[in-house]
Amino acid sequence: MAELERPHLLAKKRRKEFVGGVLVHLVLLVAALIALAPFAWMLCATLKREEDLFAYMFLPWGHFERLTLNNFYALFTKEPFGRWLLNSLFLSSTVTVLVVTLSSLAGFALAKYRFWGKRPLMLVMLTTMLLPGQVMLPGASKMMYELGWMNSYWAIVLPGAVSVFGAFLFSQAMQAVPDELLQAGRVDGCSELRLWWEVALPMVRPMVGAFTLLSFLASWNSFLWPQIILHEETKYTLPIGLANMVQLPEYRIEYGILMAGTLLSIIPVVILFFVLQKDFIAGLASGAVKG
Amino acid sequence: MNRDRLWTWQSRYAPYLFVSPFVILFFAFMLYPLGWSILLSFYQTASARGQQRFVGLDNYRFLLGDWLFWGAVVNTAAYTLGLVLIQIPTSLGLALVLNTRRVKLRGFFRFAFFSTYLVGNVFVAVLFALLLSPRAGLMNRALGLFARRPVDINWLGEPDLAMPSVLLASLWLSVGYGMIYFLAALQTVDRELYESAQIDGAGPWSRFWNVTIPGIRPVLIFMLLVVTIGGFQLFELPFVIFESSAGPSSRALTIVMYLWQSGWEAGNLGYAAAIGWVLVILIFGVALLQLKVTRATQEV
Repeated sequence: MAELERPHLLAKKRRKEFVGGVLVHLVLLVAALIALAPFAWMLCATLKREEDLFAYMFLPWGHFERLTLNNFYALFTKEPFGRWLLNSLFLSSTVTVLVVTLSSLAGFALAKYRFWGKRPLMLVMLTTMLLPGQVMLPGASKMMYELGWMNSYWAIVLPGAVSVFGAFLFSQAMQAVPDELLQAGRVDGCSELRLWWEVALPMVRPMVGAFTLLSFLASWNSFLWPQIILHEETKYTLPIGLANMVQLPEYRIEYGILMAGTLLSIIPVVILFFVLQKDFIAGLASGAVKG
Repeated sequence: MNRDRLWTWQSRYAPYLFVSPFVILFFAFMLYPLGWSILLSFYQTASARGQQRFVGLDNYRFLLGDWLFWGAVVNTAAYTLGLVLIQIPTSLGLALVLNTRRVKLRGFFRFAFFSTYLVGNVFVAVLFALLLSPRAGLMNRALGLFARRPVDINWLGEPDLAMPSVLLASLWLSVGYGMIYFLAALQTVDRELYESAQIDGAGPWSRFWNVTIPGIRPVLIFMLLVVTIGGFQLFELPFVIFESSAGPSSRALTIVMYLWQSGWEAGNLGYAAAIGWVLVILIFGVALLQLKVTRATQEV
């Protein structure tokens, strides 16, 4: 009511809000441009011939007939890129399935059961979680050498299947599963394993999605440890393969090939992100609030 | 009868069965290597397979006087400081802007900012090694558009620009990720607090300091710790950008990179282990200091 009596003030307020809105969107657009421009540049580079890489910043406008898919062809023929892609897919999915299963099982036990040794176990877990992972590398390297697992995927899959963070994450989330529900399931003849699978896991679904994505991402991008273990080119994962390609001078000139490799290395993760997006944001949000 | 026995057996031992796969792997592949890392730090080794000789505290003693190591510490600390000072305010700022009421295409912007996080460290490094290359790289060309003349900055060859280049790549990678956390935190701040502050006559600036910051304080401290701890573990970005070297005048040498060089290039796993434990001490020290400072500011 008060504002109606002073129309010029209302107009001023509206104008101020409008200018504010434009400014907000301008900031967002510039930020989005900075975030997306490198992607666009990479995508364009994959489609250009070698002589066009320097001539055009993005695409050869007006000469679209000059675009080519040769970079992708060269990537698969000059380098064992297909092999690296398969290796990465195999390793990351194996590790992810294992780590999600083992962490959620352990988290369920930690959250919903009393058992011998639980306190000291959690204390030791907490201590190791505080240590940066790199400090384990010399010892682990020594161990793998003695086991004869240098160059073996066992050295990547088995350590990758343990996540203290994951076990704690699931144990935290599964505290919310009501004991009465579990008891009711037991009365109905549900085995403990089925309680985990059919009661506890569905109740923490967002956490499963978020942790699946994070685990896959971590495994897909892991570099230092696999690089210490894997020495044969046919066993490389994508990060190792690409990091080695960067060092070859020829790919500094024909960098379209390198960009094609980078693009193809990102796509699987993006697909998984879209599949799990809803769970991921929800899981991250609930985790962040607690953290 | 047998079925009943099986039933009581499974309900009795279920927790042990559930934790044992995790616990076995945890002991075998985390605690055991950790123990080895402690032991190794008192040995001098020629390689993973080679001879080892007990040297007591010599590795640590040598490390204290190793100027390459302290150079790496300075580089890493400078990078971490830059990351904390730029990434956290930028992430928070973007989250605040995106959280204003009448934003169009919120989902698009959120994904655009977050998408960079899906690109792994190594792939970001490959991308930025090319983006920052002198003539063809997008960076110099884009700067040239603004300057209206060709820009020829030698991002990766100039010692003073080595860490800033790495920082650029790192910011591109992580600002959107931080934003997601802040966005989630902002949505938990009680709207009524803002309204009552407004009624009390608080301007936007005062509302930010007195309502928003206290409201997201736990997440702010969490981010500060995560970014700092992550910063001290910097490895992949400079390692790949500078082609497994320490960069011009060793200005991109980081602590973890030096650990790797000592352990796997020079083959002295014992020295690498000692570097690892000193890294642990450094990270603990900085994190504790941050917690102390943040606690002190709360009491003010």
